[in-house]
Amino acid sequence: MSATGRAGTARKQIHLAAHFPGVNNTTVWSDPESGSQIDFSSFVHLARTAERAKFDFLFLAEGLRLREHGGHIYDLDVVGRPDTFTVLAALAAVTDRIGLTGTINSTFNEPYEVARQFASLDHLTDGRAAWNVVTSWDAFTGENFRRGGFLPESRRYARAKEFLATATELFDSWRGDEILADQESGRFLREAGAGAFAHKGEEFTIEGRFDVPRGPQGRPVIFQAGDSDEGREFAASSADAIFSRYGTLEEGKAFYTDVKRRLARYGRAPGELLILPSATFVLGDTDEEAEERARQVRRQQVSGATALRHLEFVWNRDLSGYDPEGPLPDVDPLVGEHTVARGRAQVRMYRDPLATAREWRELAEANGWSIRDLVIHTGNRQTFVGSPETVARTLDEFVQADAADGFILVPHLVPGGLDEFADTVVPLLQERGVFRTEYEGTTLRDHLGLAHPDAHPDARRGAGAQAAGPGPGRADRTGAP
Amino acid sequence: MPAPSTDPVSRPEPLHLAVALDGAGWHPAAWREPEAAPRRLLSPRYWAELVAEAEGGLLDFVTFEDGLAQQSSHPLRRDDRTDQVRGRLDAVLTAARVAPLTRHIGLIPTVVATHTEPFHISKAIATLDHVSGGRAGVRVKVSARLDENAHFGRRDIPPLELPGGPGTPGPPGVVEELFDEAADHVEVTRRLWDSWEDDAEIRDVATGRFIDRDKLHYVDFRGRHFSVKGPSITPRPPQGQPLVAALAHATVPYRLVARSADIGFVTPHDVDDARGIVGEIRAEQAAAGREGEPLHVLGDLVVFLDETPARAAARRDRLDDVAGEEYTSDAEIFTGTPAQLADLLLHWREGGLGGFRLRPAVAAHDLPAITRGLVPELRGRDVFRRAYEAGTLRGLLGLARPASRYASTA
Repeated sequence: MSATGRAGTARKQIHLAAHFPGVNNTTVWSDPESGSQIDFSSFVHLARTAERAKFDFLFLAEGLRLREHGGHIYDLDVVGRPDTFTVLAALAAVTDRIGLTGTINSTFNEPYEVARQFASLDHLTDGRAAWNVVTSWDAFTGENFRRGGFLPESRRYARAKEFLATATELFDSWRGDEILADQESGRFLREAGAGAFAHKGEEFTIEGRFDVPRGPQGRPVIFQAGDSDEGREFAASSADAIFSRYGTLEEGKAFYTDVKRRLARYGRAPGELLILPSATFVLGDTDEEAEERARQVRRQQVSGATALRHLEFVWNRDLSGYDPEGPLPDVDPLVGEHTVARGRAQVRMYRDPLATAREWRELAEANGWSIRDLVIHTGNRQTFVGSPETVARTLDEFVQADAADGFILVPHLVPGGLDEFADTVVPLLQERGVFRTEYEGTTLRDHLGLAHPDAHPDARRGAGAQAAGPGPGRADRTGAP
Repeated sequence: MPAPSTDPVSRPEPLHLAVALDGAGWHPAAWREPEAAPRRLLSPRYWAELVAEAEGGLLDFVTFEDGLAQQSSHPLRRDDRTDQVRGRLDAVLTAARVAPLTRHIGLIPTVVATHTEPFHISKAIATLDHVSGGRAGVRVKVSARLDENAHFGRRDIPPLELPGGPGTPGPPGVVEELFDEAADHVEVTRRLWDSWEDDAEIRDVATGRFIDRDKLHYVDFRGRHFSVKGPSITPRPPQGQPLVAALAHATVPYRLVARSADIGFVTPHDVDDARGIVGEIRAEQAAAGREGEPLHVLGDLVVFLDETPARAAARRDRLDDVAGEEYTSDAEIFTGTPAQLADLLLHWREGGLGGFRLRPAVAAHDLPAITRGLVPELRGRDVFRRAYEAGTLRGLLGLARPASRYASTA
């Protein structure tokens, strides 16, 4: 795990991805350099920057209902995003190699439709498609869909698991050699029944003929975004990569060891599941300059209004009368059903709001912090802050220490937030011999070092083989790094 | 948004011309033609080339066929045939894939309303509009196919067997219900497109507000088949309302066109037939309270185009021989030269059609015959554009950009 490397030892290669900045307060929209979150040109810029830097893939999150706060649409963060599939298909036209990963919910979709969209995307990208499988259960989001809030929370993992298993059966319903297209004999298909499938389960009972022939990657690369015990087991059984939460080096090593250890149970090797935490970064010419910029970014991310709203996640009551530059509220949080914020992950993070409030008051008093100071200091600090040299070294140490296989980087600015990283950090990683200087393959599987599913002797991992796994992670984990 | 051109000099109304893309072409044996390249039908480059050819001919738009099952020669079931093209790509994603490679031509993928979520479709088409710079539409269709229903397993659709063959009415009410649901689907889709006012994004640093939340609207749709709250997660698309199209052959679908669409595709077999259909749609339009609102009715034709009538007829015969049966279609099948086709189009137009959607029998042959043969012929008669006059599909079709229905008229 030496950062400097040992002569003659092949160093572990780092995988890098770019997360399009999401609809949360990591994304700074108030900066003069902040561009459109919707214009296609923003997506093109980030995708091309990432491809120029030889990144493995671009990542899009998803949320299917606009967040609310106090009964109103939450208006302090970026709001609005395009349809994931449609943007990825369009990006395929303006990029050649970079993988294109979309977050798609298993609760408010049907397996046949999602499978045909991902199989189509794999063809349209020449084998660069990946699916980050997430699930939600809330009736709040369900109000936008035919089924409504049909799914009890306890069933969402089961549904997600069966959803992925069913989609896998559909991907595998074509072997890849069915199309003869023999103009002489007039046989388009080698034999009748191409794409035949039949699935009978708790959530889905469907049968017929899948209509998208096997894509270049066989199946899209599967991502999973949960770090619960269930989520880890699911990933070990069925995913190709985990989009995880970043922690300390020691936490990362523990997580990494635990998840990789589970793979053997499913007959899988450690390299068959990549662990890719999300990470933010701030660069500067020197470490000091980067630290100063990081402080400025934090203040942009947490306006006074944002600070008050964040406090309301814990207090569960209207705090609009308080001065964000003043002391913390002396009233206690309302305990019970959460009524203030809807459609957000943060609500779940504070299981004991009274204790959190007590702790925060003490912190604020001890440090002389205002509400805004407190939110800035207790919120997520950027993951990597420093000069390009410092950041390159830290990233490398993390990977060489087996705390991760790489990172999904989340810039705070659209569309140029990755430019500096691409220009300064990537060349240093390449000099260290830990990051590619050219793409070696054409598909996302190639970039990630994942075998084509047909290369396995037991290539068809259908519902049966996945029966042991619990479900994937929560939808609300994907948008908020 | 560019406005439709207004020419002070009196000249014939320009004809709107579109092409319907489907696999190797509309004839079931199209894939066996030497120029067909049937192994490329799943390649993005194949679709990019077809759309580039259509754009080279300055056509108004292309449509992309689709369904939620393999293609079938049977209207209601799979056929498990091995001698025709089976397997295809999602139409919305195919359209999105070619959008950045084109600049002017409209892109109208097919979507099945019966089995899809209006929320997903609305944001997908809004996004197609964003990535194409205002050139998106959606052609909505219903599905009574039993195999498609079994792919979703979510609902019971009464068996719609057609004892007298295609075109014969099924059990009373079933068809009406499918089309009513499609109308609801379009209604939700449209409301969601309007659910963000154009100026909802304010980025007001002083108050810390990214949006003016009063300019985002719940659509609160409640219908028999679904209820949708809104607003969309996707801001209002460049055209405001991308265009909605539907293919119709009978009164119930004419009603969908009249109530819900901007473009109707119809299948007349002569000029009088065209006049009758257009009249029926206009009457339904008036009954729906949309009298006078722009609604383009385009005639669908399958085309075999060659330099001589004999050559076109011989090619059609050859394809029928290869297929082992005579090709039939819901639309009239034209066989002849570009000049003859131009004559026919201009004649049929007198029945009130605003233009035509041509279905190339063999995409690799008949699409270039349209763009390089028919288009110059129409230009020679001064009824077709010589340059794209607008950058949006609405602009090409002479349709204004509508305000959001939720925008307050101060």
